[in-house]
Amino acid sequence: MSDITKQSLSELVKNIKNKKVSSEEITKEFVNRSEKSKELNAYITEDYSSALDKAKKFDQKPNLDLKLPGIPIAVKDLFCTKDIRTTAGSKILHNFVPTYESTVTQNIWNEGAILLGKLNCDEFAMGSSNETSFFGNAQNPIDKNLVPGGSSGGSASAVAGQLTPITIGTDTGGSIRQPASFTGTVGLKPTYGSCSRYGIVAFASSLDQAGPMAQNVKDCALLQEVISTYDPKDSTSINFKRNAYSKELTNNIKGKKIGIPKEYRVEGMPKEIEDLWQKGINYAKDCGAEIIDISLPHTSYALPTYYIVAPAEASSNLARYDGVKYGFRAKGENLIDMYEKTRSEGFGAEVQRRIMIGTYVLSSGYYDAYYLKAQKVRKLIKNDFDEAYKKVDAILTPSTPSAAFKIGEKKDDPVSMYLNDIFTVPVNLAGLPGISIPAGHDSKGYPLGLQIIGKAFDEQNILNIAYAMEEKIDFKNKITDWWIK
Amino acid sequence: MSIDLKTIKHISKLSRVSVDDQKAEKLANDLNSIFKFIEKLNELKTDKVEPLTSVAETSLKLRSDEVKSNNIREQIVKNSPQDNEDYFVVPKVIE
Repeated sequence: MSDITKQSLSELVKNIKNKKVSSEEITKEFVNRSEKSKELNAYITEDYSSALDKAKKFDQKPNLDLKLPGIPIAVKDLFCTKDIRTTAGSKILHNFVPTYESTVTQNIWNEGAILLGKLNCDEFAMGSSNETSFFGNAQNPIDKNLVPGGSSGGSASAVAGQLTPITIGTDTGGSIRQPASFTGTVGLKPTYGSCSRYGIVAFASSLDQAGPMAQNVKDCALLQEVISTYDPKDSTSINFKRNAYSKELTNNIKGKKIGIPKEYRVEGMPKEIEDLWQKGINYAKDCGAEIIDISLPHTSYALPTYYIVAPAEASSNLARYDGVKYGFRAKGENLIDMYEKTRSEGFGAEVQRRIMIGTYVLSSGYYDAYYLKAQKVRKLIKNDFDEAYKKVDAILTPSTPSAAFKIGEKKDDPVSMYLNDIFTVPVNLAGLPGISIPAGHDSKGYPLGLQIIGKAFDEQNILNIAYAMEEKIDFKNKITDWWIK
Repeated sequence: MSIDLKTIKHISKLSRVSVDDQKAEKLANDLNSIFKFIEKLNELKTDKVEPLTSVAETSLKLRSDEVKSNNIREQIVKNSPQDNEDYFVVPKVIE
């Protein structure tokens, strides 16, 4: 079966359960394709030989009742994996080997999956193009020298390029949905508290959330079912009744009320994004949904709020990297000098920028003017959504204000880079679930995504809407294998 | 408002990141453009708004104080850039 890597996760699971293919055969194919795909720079750490050993072992005594039986999966290098190097895309963790496993990855291995390797990402998940990674930028399989988005850029690249059947990313301000949109794949950011943060390298703790990235909605639902568990090891994990997302998946969304927020029609939005959005509205109507105009009046304040809250939390979380207990250490004349040189040489420019912003807004005399102010505006943003959800079941918006851009194009202008997340950031601030599905192409043939935002804990509903719309949209990703010689 | 080099040096000290003059200038430019963009929040009156600290809306959970990971000192120390059997080693602190 040479077309193994072209199959969706659901097909692979079915074929392995019907004994049409072994875990070893599948794993070999993904390892081979990954090895031929070095130019994508999707991996930071490969674990191929150990993956093949585990696959052989699985085949000797296959447990076919599991949800991911013998399926090889590569994951974002922000998840701690026991005894496997975990770098967060940073020099300061370039040699860090965790002594424990993140809950989300443990859930995946418990269902029979096998680790293929660790995927590239922006340093500490701070970035929208994967260009801040210490290990170099990942490439977008759609076209050469095109960013895959970020921060889960390697994850998006690996799924779109068929180096892994599915993957997980993390999303603090759009880091799953924006790269999914840029690569023609599906990405879900779950409700805050749905997936455990235990063992995920922390960026902004009140916003970070792990989620699946997949080739289609059904696969996405299956992985969400596996990774979403209540975990006492994460103090903000929430104990709510989780659906069997893949089993309960339905394309019947008749009568669902879908809101269209007028404030997302931002100034300077390209016409092709506007057209895509209208196309999405028509598809939703075709599926039997009712379209309702709504208002989220504080939308334009979301990004400025985010760029106070996220760096503030990051500056606090990243205080632990001091060169003492793990990771990179620079030589210093004394303890303080060692700290300062370690952090100056160990962190990249974007991370240092955010540490500086965060330290400044939390510093004496500025706390009320910036941090407290941002928390208050965050409340207003959440109130907007609460108000909207009195009238609608879900909200439909574009995922990003543009398609993927060229590597280097926005690197020197932080604010223009931040604008990438204009449609995704409000969802994190309000702690809601959001999914990006591929819905069309721009004039250059690059993919564009639509975002469906749900009520808290209502993942099933947005997965259903995405599933119904996916069928109507019938999107085909244009992967030419340009990187394979 | 604008962030000058003196402020950059002050924040760099607070955040324990050494910054030379060239880097300080670049950071000042970047931070000024970012804060210009952040200033938009001042358009909003928020005197009567309660700050949102967490969307999780749960109170902090308590747990019993039990040791769950035993005898992992060796594993932990192995990640240290410089160790002396059982200890983390740092540059001399007391003269």
